[in-house]
Amino acid sequence: MLVTRTSEAAVPAVGEVELPRRPLVVIEAGKRRFLFKLSEFWEYRELLYFLIWRDIKVRYKQTALGVVWVVLQPLLMMMIFTLFFGKLAGIRADDGIPYPLFAYAGLLPWTFFATAANSAGNSLVNSASLITKIYFPRLMVPVAAVGAVLVDLAISFCVLAVLMVYWRIPPNRGLVVLPLLICLVTGLALAFGTLMTALNVRYRDVKIALPFLLQIWFFVSPIIYPVSILPARWHWVMALNPMTGIAEGFRAALYGRKPFAWTALAISGATTLVLFAIAMFTFKRMEKSFADII
Amino acid sequence: MKPIIRVENLSKQYRIGARQGGYDTLRDVISGTLRVPLNLVRRQGRAAPKTIWALRDVTFDIQPGDVVGIIGSNGAGKSTLLKILSRITEPTAGKIELYGRVASLLEVGTGFHPELTGRENIFLNGAILGMRKVEIERKFDEIVAFAEIEKFMDTPVKRYSSGMYVRLAFAVAAHLEPEILIVDEVLAVGDAAFQKKCLGKMNDVAKHGRTVLFVSHNMGAVGTLCNRCLLIEEGKVEHDGKVADVISAYQSRLYPAVAPTSELGKVDRYGSGKAKFTSVGITHLGPERSEKPFLYPGEDLLVDITIAGESDITDANVALIIYDYSGYRIIDTNTAIKGSFLSLQRGEEAKVQFQLHEVLLKPGTYVVGLWLGGNGEIIDGITYAASFSVEADPETIRHSETFPGTYQCKYSYELQIDKLPQNGSRIVNSD
Repeated sequence: MLVTRTSEAAVPAVGEVELPRRPLVVIEAGKRRFLFKLSEFWEYRELLYFLIWRDIKVRYKQTALGVVWVVLQPLLMMMIFTLFFGKLAGIRADDGIPYPLFAYAGLLPWTFFATAANSAGNSLVNSASLITKIYFPRLMVPVAAVGAVLVDLAISFCVLAVLMVYWRIPPNRGLVVLPLLICLVTGLALAFGTLMTALNVRYRDVKIALPFLLQIWFFVSPIIYPVSILPARWHWVMALNPMTGIAEGFRAALYGRKPFAWTALAISGATTLVLFAIAMFTFKRMEKSFADII
Repeated sequence: MKPIIRVENLSKQYRIGARQGGYDTLRDVISGTLRVPLNLVRRQGRAAPKTIWALRDVTFDIQPGDVVGIIGSNGAGKSTLLKILSRITEPTAGKIELYGRVASLLEVGTGFHPELTGRENIFLNGAILGMRKVEIERKFDEIVAFAEIEKFMDTPVKRYSSGMYVRLAFAVAAHLEPEILIVDEVLAVGDAAFQKKCLGKMNDVAKHGRTVLFVSHNMGAVGTLCNRCLLIEEGKVEHDGKVADVISAYQSRLYPAVAPTSELGKVDRYGSGKAKFTSVGITHLGPERSEKPFLYPGEDLLVDITIAGESDITDANVALIIYDYSGYRIIDTNTAIKGSFLSLQRGEEAKVQFQLHEVLLKPGTYVVGLWLGGNGEIIDGITYAASFSVEADPETIRHSETFPGTYQCKYSYELQIDKLPQNGSRIVNSD
């Protein structure tokens, strides 16, 4: 009799567990959904926050200069381009502002875009250990990579403010368009980075090709030269590159010396949107096989 | 009762062979695509990629509060099953319904970043495992105390010893509170004391009515923790039921060649080979020394061993070792203890009989190992030479449930029931 009693105590007390009527999760083979579940992103928002926080914390650990690098990179780039393009090649800004400022305003969105796209493009492969061990919405990974670089962009803007004070450029009304431009360049980085990172899981060629691709992209975009140095009949070709509208837009918004090229900006926006749709579609389609082939 | 996990006809196919590298290059795809129309004309496809079924038509239900051990040989499909349940990879066919929040622990320290400090990694890892920030903050002190690394909270984990790293990682995972916990072989890490602590924690989790799925090769841990066990072999659920039954089914699969009596011609062995064990025979003796196919606890066991001399050996020691199902050595006895040594010449054969009296082992399968050596030399050793099983004695066991453990001493008990005072003030330690 005593034995029976002890055994009852040893059996875990269950029964209070109230199960939901419908399953919380159904895992089924071959179910294709074209859209991301937004509620799931909301559920995992804290993870996104921690991933961004990790990237920022880790980036400059064990470096002597630390966050100074964020300031130094665009400044050094600006100086080098000023020397080679502004002085030696004799490229002039078309709106009459000093060349260093002209270049910096272009480098600001470009550096953000290139860093974010590169970091997002390699993000999934670099998180292979996470992807094969735990579930979470995979899109969080490239989004976090882009998010972390946004902090750098903010710091670069602070440097710009100092430069504008130095060259005595007053703020102008065009600045109100700036948030829109930042959204556009972020969207572009997100779209391109997401597409690249999904492809990278399958084709490691992306990892090798990406820096090279960005290099070419840099030279075909009006970052260190104005669009106006090209004949007018080629301007529409330039506008197909979403970076054109963004870089020109940044300069117009920051210095207010020339009118906004709204058509170019609209084309940029449309191309970004199309690229974004392609990226999301591709990512969604490939997402399910990530853990198996990464 | 309604199940908390329902798995129906689950299958998972993997491609192997040429694509084993895991990814292909663009060139392969381009050349492959170009070849497709060509092959259509020639009516011969590319060599079909080799595939394997990691899981094939797996169906089972898990009830809330079940602690299920999942065992099986390497590559049987256990980890694939856990990966599908954790939504890391997609099944090729079939369906799973989960009626609770799942947390999976396929590795300790997933997402730990070496450059971050212990404190930072607790938050990061917690978030990755699905904990809310407030939840982590609430349990932070508990986690630190469990890991026993208070002093190193602000040190980057890359400076941690591997033991500290594992302790911290497990501490975070141990404080998860999902309805369903999926654990893959994480207890194989850390020192003995920490493993014990982890087992204790897992036991707590199970006691709170949560459902646990637990893959392990440690039969001891499965036996202690689980109330149900699945044996998976070649992608199929081969056995499903009570832990002891499933483990012994697994055991008999593992050592199919091992039988009560065996000729030891073709077994794995080690040693110099100057003399060799040629056969081993196990006799179970019941009351009145009758022979039986198995043993009840407390009966005698005879082990007959023959040894053939290949060259001359002197003063050798013959040892008999008995392992339990987890490979733990329970009995290790030898002739030297009793002061006798074996000397054998080439062409001679020795017969040794070990008589084990009143073997008080609990029901289960046990493996017999043999060892011959002396003067610092191992002459012949066989880890799995034979096996025998102990069955529950229906005459003496009135209670059907078997409890974990390997040894059952003879015991008796006295029972006394007293009235407690009404206010209960005599209870000092309510813990």
